[in-house]
Amino acid sequence: MGLLSDPNRRRALINLLTRLNAPICGMPVEWLMKTMQARGLEVYTQRFSRTLPFPDENKERYMVKGTNVYGILRAPRAPRTEALVLSAPCTPGDNNNQAVGLLLGLAQYFRNQIYWAKDIIFLVNEHDLIGMQAWLEGYHHTNTTGMDWSPLQGRGGSIQAALSLELSSDVVTSMDLVLEGLNGQLPNLDLANLFYAFCQKIGVLCTIQGKLQRNDWDSVSGYSHAVQTMMLMVMKQASGRSWGDHGLFLRYHIEAATIKGINSFRQYKTDITTIGRLLEGMYRKLNNLLERLHQSYFFYLMPSLSHFVSIGYYMPAFGLLAVILLLRALDLWVQLATPPSSSPGVLSVLTPLVISHLTGAALYTLPIRFQEMAVEHFPVSETEAVVLTAIAVYTAGLALPHNTHRLLSGEGTEQGWRVLKLVAVLYLAVLLGCTALINFSLGFILALTLVPAAAFVTPHVPKVLSAFILVILSPACTLLFSVFFFQELQEMPVSFLDGWLMYLSVISQGILDHSLYGSLVYPLIALLVYPCWLLFWNILFWK
Amino acid sequence: MAAYRCSSPVWLFILCSFSVFIIAGSEETPVAQEQHANVPDNPQTAAETAEQTEKETGGAEERRWEGTEVRDAATQKQAEPVVLQSTPRPKDDFQEELVVRPLHSGDIYASFQFRTLWETDFMRGNKVSHYRLFPKSLGQVISKFSVRELHISFTQGYWRTMQWGQPYLPSPPGAELWVWFQDSVTDVDATWKELTNVLSGIFCASLNFIDSTNTVQPSASFKPLGIGNVTDHRFLRYATLPREIVCTENLTPWKKLLPCGSKAGLAVLLKSEKLFHSSFHSQAVHIRPVCQDWQCKTTSWELRQTLNVVFDLHNSGQGKREWSLFKMFSRTLTEACPLASSSKIYIDITDNPEGEHFELSPATSLLSQAMVLGDRRTFSVYDLTQQDTFGSVRSLNLLIRWKSTEGDMLRPLLHAERYVAGYGLQTGEIHTLMYNNHPYRSFPVLLLDSVPWYLRLYIHTLTVTSKGKDNKPSYIHYQPSKDRVRPHLLEMLVQLPPNSVTEVTVQFERALLKWTEYTPDPNHGFYVGSSVISSLVPSTVAMDTNSTQERPLFSSFFPCKEESSYFVRVYTEPLLVNLPTPDFSMPYNVICLTCTVVAVGYGSLYNLLTRSFQIEEPSPGLAKRIANVIRKMRGVPPL
Repeated sequence: MGLLSDPNRRRALINLLTRLNAPICGMPVEWLMKTMQARGLEVYTQRFSRTLPFPDENKERYMVKGTNVYGILRAPRAPRTEALVLSAPCTPGDNNNQAVGLLLGLAQYFRNQIYWAKDIIFLVNEHDLIGMQAWLEGYHHTNTTGMDWSPLQGRGGSIQAALSLELSSDVVTSMDLVLEGLNGQLPNLDLANLFYAFCQKIGVLCTIQGKLQRNDWDSVSGYSHAVQTMMLMVMKQASGRSWGDHGLFLRYHIEAATIKGINSFRQYKTDITTIGRLLEGMYRKLNNLLERLHQSYFFYLMPSLSHFVSIGYYMPAFGLLAVILLLRALDLWVQLATPPSSSPGVLSVLTPLVISHLTGAALYTLPIRFQEMAVEHFPVSETEAVVLTAIAVYTAGLALPHNTHRLLSGEGTEQGWRVLKLVAVLYLAVLLGCTALINFSLGFILALTLVPAAAFVTPHVPKVLSAFILVILSPACTLLFSVFFFQELQEMPVSFLDGWLMYLSVISQGILDHSLYGSLVYPLIALLVYPCWLLFWNILFWK
Repeated sequence: MAAYRCSSPVWLFILCSFSVFIIAGSEETPVAQEQHANVPDNPQTAAETAEQTEKETGGAEERRWEGTEVRDAATQKQAEPVVLQSTPRPKDDFQEELVVRPLHSGDIYASFQFRTLWETDFMRGNKVSHYRLFPKSLGQVISKFSVRELHISFTQGYWRTMQWGQPYLPSPPGAELWVWFQDSVTDVDATWKELTNVLSGIFCASLNFIDSTNTVQPSASFKPLGIGNVTDHRFLRYATLPREIVCTENLTPWKKLLPCGSKAGLAVLLKSEKLFHSSFHSQAVHIRPVCQDWQCKTTSWELRQTLNVVFDLHNSGQGKREWSLFKMFSRTLTEACPLASSSKIYIDITDNPEGEHFELSPATSLLSQAMVLGDRRTFSVYDLTQQDTFGSVRSLNLLIRWKSTEGDMLRPLLHAERYVAGYGLQTGEIHTLMYNNHPYRSFPVLLLDSVPWYLRLYIHTLTVTSKGKDNKPSYIHYQPSKDRVRPHLLEMLVQLPPNSVTEVTVQFERALLKWTEYTPDPNHGFYVGSSVISSLVPSTVAMDTNSTQERPLFSSFFPCKEESSYFVRVYTEPLLVNLPTPDFSMPYNVICLTCTVVAVGYGSLYNLLTRSFQIEEPSPGLAKRIANVIRKMRGVPPL
């Protein structure tokens, strides 16, 4: 591994980095194209534009227009069937200039090597995830989110693996691996192992969730450290967002991860050459792959970089929770079968189902639909309008006259709520089961809060206390607690007001993630989980 | 090499007879000496003896002349396997040629062509048994399998049309084989099967993997390139193996087919350690019947061996931007192949009339012009049959030194690309893009797609669009696939409007294979061969239609029927498609689990069933045992 051992090459890289450190307005497309061409790559660009459903206040963007620049290093004597991707987001300002510089330096070095068997695509994407989404949709010629992009001119066949590089600060003390992708998808565990192995070999500090690995597993503090790391992963996975540019690759069955250089103010400093050697090593390993990464786990949780909890260990925990629902359903079934009394009409079950789902549909559609009207009538911004509409619809759902079925089918009977609860319990079991299979963390967190409520709610418990508990255990409150819990885990506790603001922004981000990248958490909550919870609310107020 | 080897028995025979002569001579010479010694003793008979010796020596001289004649022939044979000079005119002819084209991107393209022409008829009743320049192994293949035309290519890498322009001889990545059989062949499929197996042995390649599942009969895309106007595509077979890896073991048998082997001439340069240190490598063998003269009264067989290689500027490892024969091939040239009637090196200097882009040394005054790929190109020519080409150092090492930097992408008139769209493992869509970059002329292209059966094409979703409008193909030939028997074949004649991109899309479903049908590396994916786009592209200059005129070899491969256009074949990249793949480690887990269950469950049951049970007597008490010991000592039976 002779990267940058040549003084000329090192000087070139340093020149490049100083050039990049100068402030740049927007992305220097022309300059990037010229630089990549000078390094002997095939250079192409892709334009894209996207109007967000409502302005994103976190990133201050609404009408997004940008250009992705990518250069393809053609492998000698390879028929363009396989490719690897190295990407670096180019953000306005100079946040990620180090990464772009390193990418170009690596491109130059890689170009002179003979051993490549797969094409390597060096991608500089603008507007981080939106640009990446545009590029991936263009590469695979799909359009799932209604974005405008110009078709790609050059391709490298099927992409086998991808790494995204983020070096946000000039001083890097450790490399952090980000795995959580869209909808809680994770790359193959071998990619994480590869990263860990090379960090060990080269001697770079490596972290996951920004936390160093500790060796004292036996002690309480070591154990709680590992649990904390794992819970962070659970929270991030449950959010269903892509926590780095890599997250969008996973939809296309491309193993991908983001490597972040972080400055955690430790004594240990890593220079950019070492990061280059790390990436070179990883790419040479990936280049040697005969098959896609498939041997290792796709479902895992990581308490540290060198340890993982496989699906076989964590799934029983969820299974035990789901069994409660099934037992409760069995109990209800037996109760319904034993006393030979009049069976309740279909309407008494169907009406609450339909009403709660209509409420869910309103929660899904109204916030974006009514933002303009809300902005006209209230002194709020678009984002606030959307979030507040969502909260308003959610709360209005609680106050809806849920006993409308009585108008249709007369008095609610004892049998009636039992049938409704049986349906609701089974519905919840199926819903949580499916969710946990796709995104374990989300399924587990929902199960933790919803299962107790579902198991014990009847019309005969004390109304006020139960109503309070039920609201506390509702999906919206779960999200609020999760925000505080997440901050706590990150060792950045916030005051209630800040937490509330964060909660509002998380809701807006969730809605944006859904419309921009196709994240499924918002429709899942709005269309399925919330109506299901409303059924239990309905049972509590059964008359 | 084959010719050389097959002549060796004849050669041995001549050597043997020659040694017999020598032995006879050595027996006779002492007699002559004796007679010479006798001369002073008996002067009377001097005249007689003189006469006699004259006769003797005369005879000896005659024999020696013959002997030397034979020896000459023998030594000549050792150097070059030519038959005796008495043959009036050899009916075969060998030419070799190297074209070097400095590419726009700074890379360099070297194309070797070796042509053997032989005026013979393999199809006559009597077997052709005497081979001179033509390799016997291929001659026998032609006559045994009644081959009319045979084209085989092995390629490692993909030709980058956007950077390199059009190649002289296009070929798809992997192996490609297409054969026209004679009308006399009755069972074409069986002959084809046998032929592929034989060729697999000759070229040391996995051509034996060609079977009915990857063989098609294109109706229009592959017309015979030689004489004979057969159009019945029943006698045509076409197959590609996109996964075939080409390496030295394919190069060695290919070199052996050359008359000089790799011993002399241009083939000296073909050293595998350099040829495979390149961006692109392609070798091919084309056999076809061609006209002997313009009247076309007699036909002869043409064997064309071509090798194309592109060297990468960046991988050369040195900072200097220069190329030489030595740097490219690690050899220099010292002689032409002695069997070759022509041996030339052409350097394309069209883009460099004043020497502004690169510098060429040693300089040559010999220039040549040729119509290649719709353009008039100028070449510097080095004739290796002339001794002065090699100069005083007796070796030719051409040097090209770049002056300018590398350029942008090219816009070739016709190029194409292909990719798989969509995600997930159930369905997908194949997109083929064809670019016509001609500013005002539209031209028709023939698109040939051969897709394996495990991608089930939904042919009703086939769309052809140009400039956003539907572009109806004027001819479609579609043969649906049969599972595990034959692939899909789709041929279309599409008119490409000027300055446009034409997109052909078709959706497919990925089949679930039987578990034995997966390759050992199923997660690598499955290959779909390149699409073939054949077209007559409008030419900027009048093309040369006279096919028999002496022309450089590289410009005379594809027959040119009209002046205004030229034939181009473009191959797209092959595709790598992932099929739904079961977890193959699961059977292992299942086997482990069942074995454990069987071992524990069945084992314990078997144990219970086969064990014989006996009632064991309770062990006697201590007092009883002591009593028994005492009784035993006394000789009394125990209790």
